[in-house]
Amino acid sequence: MNSSNNVERHPKTVNPDSSTFSLTVNRERHTLTLDNRTTLLDALREQLKLTGTKKGCDHGQCGACTVSVNGERINACLSLAVMHEGDDISTIEGAAEVGHLDPMQQAFVDHDAFQCGYCTPGQICSAKAVLEEIQAGLPSHVTKDLNAPIEISDAEIRERMSGNLCRCGAYANILKAINQVAEVRS
Amino acid sequence: MKAFSYERVSDPAQAAARAAEVPVAKFIAGGTNLLDLMKHEIEIPKHLIDVGGTGLDEITPTDEGGLRIGALVSNAALSADTRVRKDYAVLSRALVSGASGQLRNKATTGGNLLQRTRCGYFYDTGMPCNKRSPGAGCAALSKGAATRQLGIIGTSDACIATHPSDMAVALCVLDAEVETVTSTGEIRRLTLDEFYQLPGDTPEVETALQAGEMITAVLLPPPVEGRHAYYKVRDRASYAFALVSVALIQAPDGTGRVALGGVAPKPWRRDDADAALPQGASAVMARLLDGARPTQENAYKLTLAERTLAALLAQE
Repeated sequence: MNSSNNVERHPKTVNPDSSTFSLTVNRERHTLTLDNRTTLLDALREQLKLTGTKKGCDHGQCGACTVSVNGERINACLSLAVMHEGDDISTIEGAAEVGHLDPMQQAFVDHDAFQCGYCTPGQICSAKAVLEEIQAGLPSHVTKDLNAPIEISDAEIRERMSGNLCRCGAYANILKAINQVAEVRS
Repeated sequence: MKAFSYERVSDPAQAAARAAEVPVAKFIAGGTNLLDLMKHEIEIPKHLIDVGGTGLDEITPTDEGGLRIGALVSNAALSADTRVRKDYAVLSRALVSGASGQLRNKATTGGNLLQRTRCGYFYDTGMPCNKRSPGAGCAALSKGAATRQLGIIGTSDACIATHPSDMAVALCVLDAEVETVTSTGEIRRLTLDEFYQLPGDTPEVETALQAGEMITAVLLPPPVEGRHAYYKVRDRASYAFALVSVALIQAPDGTGRVALGGVAPKPWRRDDADAALPQGASAVMARLLDGARPTQENAYKLTLAERTLAALLAQE
């Protein structure tokens, strides 16, 4: 589907600088008509009122806006919402089941892995993905043997979390929290 | 960010034709560099052509025994491909030393090549930059400028920015070629050396791509035997651009190939420097960095490059 199709299907969308598209966020489908400039981050926060995902630097440097798109973590600030037609997006609001936290959320609480909490949603979304990436065999800069199974280590976790900054410096406890989830899983 | 119109295309040749036809149009794939620059209003496209649906997201064997990497293959997927890890380890190593996990999931092979050659003054719209505004002057070459990170060779009196890609340095040492489709549907193949242009008097021109021309794939020749290594030296342990990086492929007899990142507007490699590899790091760098024009602040890169290669050669 391209924008000209959108225009035909949605006659109100006559402004060439905006588009209509659909995406799924935390298992709920939404159809939005937005200015093409809207980032996925702004669409989540300002349109869908899912303000758990945070805007830090807005330039892909801090990781506060980390969300999962089709199972892969990305910086929501460096992605246009209109480019996510048909995508399946998970944010921090989708992590917990009713009545109990996601194990990574619980581990962050158990280990006091935050201070101000602003980077925490991004840290948790990223940490969940990191463990999946290691399990899937995705190599990192500190992986010694590219052709052997990857073992979870402090060095692997630190390297893979380098796209998430914490100005409070809760890194030591973030590491402990991620290790707790990794140990329970193994 | 300035307003723009947007369309999706499903065919690379159609994308190229559209890009040549619509004024001030740009392709967008991962968007991690383009959107960053659009937010700064350094890039101001009037129309974006989303090429995400063009199906160029596969890695396939070539008849010659190499690999064809579709332009949309993500940096993460490419680094993790078992064939790349086994037969082109220098590429896998270079990819995982670049950016962050989040960015590598989004950044594409074609987009990585096309990220802008840049420096802090290119990003600072309050300062003159010949890349942003041809003829405006270069803040990096003014007295007292911060040039510690910037280029030492291949630079010009108009621009001393470096190309920040790690991936491209590995592709250079692998003799990879860039495959493109032009706006008239012609398929072209360019070596990395042909693809990247030196700044000269026109630093705003970074590649040999014609109007509308789109990268469709990167072609890897058959695997080169030997030790593959990528050593990146930077100011912090992760998620930082290289001060200097060295891509190395070395056969058991000591011969091989060397390319440098972090020192020039393009991956830096010379045949006579490759030929000097059996004589050691000093002999290689005497040739590879011959003609270097460092600033006072970045002359350390000459020493650092030699020591980085020496450190790699000293490993088993």
